[in-house]
Amino acid sequence: MISLSDIPARGGSPFTPPMFVFLLALATAPFWLEAVGLYSYLGIEITIWILYAMGFNLLFGYAGLHSFGHGAYLGVGAYAFGLFQNHVGVSLWGGLLAAVLAATIAGAAVALFVAHRRGIYFALLTIAFGQVFWFCAIKLRWLTGGEDGLLGIPRPDLVIGPLRVSLQENTSLHWFSAAILGLAMLGLWRLVNAPFGRVLQAIRQNEMRARFAGYDVWRIKWLVFTLSASVAGLAGGLFAMAQESAYPDVMSLHQSGLIVMMILVGGGLVSFWGPVLGVLVYFIARDIIGGITETWLLWFGLMFVVMVMVRPEGAAGLAHVVRARFARAPVKTPVSAPAERSA
Amino acid sequence: MPLFEARNIQKRFGARVVLEDVSLSVEQGAVHGIMGPNGAGKTTCFNVLTGHYAPDGGTIRFAGRDIAGMKPHRIARLGVSRSFQIMNLFDDTVVIENVMLALPEFRAMTFSPSRNVFIDRALTDAALEILAQVDLAEKAWDKAASLSYGQRRALEIAVALAARPKIVFLDEPTSGLGAEATRALAQLVRRLRESYTIVMIEHDMRFLFELADRISVIHWGQVIAEDTPTELMANKWVARSALGELA
Ligand SMILES: Nc1ncnc2c1ncn2[C@@H]1O[C@H](COP(=O)(O)OP(=O)(O)O)[C@@H](O)[C@H]1O
Ligand SMILES: [Mg+2]
Repeated sequence: MISLSDIPARGGSPFTPPMFVFLLALATAPFWLEAVGLYSYLGIEITIWILYAMGFNLLFGYAGLHSFGHGAYLGVGAYAFGLFQNHVGVSLWGGLLAAVLAATIAGAAVALFVAHRRGIYFALLTIAFGQVFWFCAIKLRWLTGGEDGLLGIPRPDLVIGPLRVSLQENTSLHWFSAAILGLAMLGLWRLVNAPFGRVLQAIRQNEMRARFAGYDVWRIKWLVFTLSASVAGLAGGLFAMAQESAYPDVMSLHQSGLIVMMILVGGGLVSFWGPVLGVLVYFIARDIIGGITETWLLWFGLMFVVMVMVRPEGAAGLAHVVRARFARAPVKTPVSAPAERSA
Repeated sequence: MPLFEARNIQKRFGARVVLEDVSLSVEQGAVHGIMGPNGAGKTTCFNVLTGHYAPDGGTIRFAGRDIAGMKPHRIARLGVSRSFQIMNLFDDTVVIENVMLALPEFRAMTFSPSRNVFIDRALTDAALEILAQVDLAEKAWDKAASLSYGQRRALEIAVALAARPKIVFLDEPTSGLGAEATRALAQLVRRLRESYTIVMIEHDMRFLFELADRISVIHWGQVIAEDTPTELMANKWVARSALGELA
């Protein structure tokens, strides 16, 4: 059985071959998406959701804290971005900063109430708080525009020193989002391979033992919740730009469940790359199966059920098995010392 | 002054009084045994002393500080570590990481994102040294879940030792072990007593009487006797109630 806690072969290196392949695919997407029958907006959507999913997996997969209300922070980020443009000034960096800040504050506040929980109590509390945010988004019409949401959010120009680039085109917004995702991915990769990532996993495996080893488990849980809310907020800010609007639906229980499903289908519980696979599978299923039948979500749901039954480690687990087959090695790779590995 | 001293500890769960009045005093360098029938409150006593539960009454002093009611991670950081009666390991990962996570120098790096884990030689060497103490160095890179039961008990102790504690609480270290493994563990504790202060709950009398400097007998949440093993053997009341089978 593979697990996130297996020692990554390149745990110390800041940049790895899969990362190179992924970033290359991401950067070139605008050139080939249409050639394979897709459309350029899909690239932005996928980029943003991968960012959201990777931040979420820090909490869900690494720390084993099963939040079912994480859409709230994506939503808070989106609204904060929109409100900043409407009330403070049209600014990309200002809007994104506001998105991250608002989601961080919301996450930090909620984390105060959930950090001493785990398991079903944690899950239920995150659902409850998620519903509170969703409800507020609908009811605070004067602020959020109610069920319609905030419409006509501008896509401010990217300004770096004397450089000014318009993000009106989907391709330019795609590259901008991809750059943000690339940076976030480097940061997250470093974090999960640094002691902090291992401590998160220790807490997932055995909270009590971690506590008796001297770790302030409550504070670390609070921190990882807040951190993953910040990333969700950043994704939310980009999402507001992509959609040119912010609306309550992303905060609904249904949407918060989707991200969990993507993580599980992709294999976020066993691999850093799980969330990436999950998001890809979801969007490709939506566009390809969705092009054939309106009931595509049913098929995606069935796929999810089969996946959980046949290969609970998700697509990343499947990839692991396939790789092992091709290498003609036994599926269960023995865990060996890093020294032996590099030899 | 004793290194660790608990006085008149009380602990209730609702209406149920589990610890009525427990006092315990452990000198630096000593091995202090705790025995008593099942359900007497021994594990609960450890849980109170190490911060898992706050006591409802009494005082606990460690190295001159009042630690009663402190959070477990704070108590642990002062140099109090423990093993568990029911195995309590990090099972998804390798043996060496179980130990590494408990090293104070690793804990100090928790929030240093530039540090590495398994390629940090200082860390792996420190962890291997601890594992060597319990004869598990060879298994360092195996999954913790793949160890035999006896090896897992040894790892349980290694994790407690990794904290470089001033005092170690061991809760029934021989629990579930066969005669052979128990003998090996006795060897280990004999070695450990050279460098650690140990408080040990144990139901295997032969094991305990051979290793402990002093023994407290707990019954119904009270210490009913406390003495050296030799004196305890001579104590008729104790011999009749709890030690009958040994004689
Ligand atoms: N958290 C708890 N809540 C209620 N009762 C408990 C709790 N922990 C222990 N007890 C009770 O306290 C008594 C002593 O348990 P324990 O300390 O585990 O005994 P020992 O280790 O001496 O066998 C038992 O009757 C047990 O049911
Ligand atoms: Mg017990």
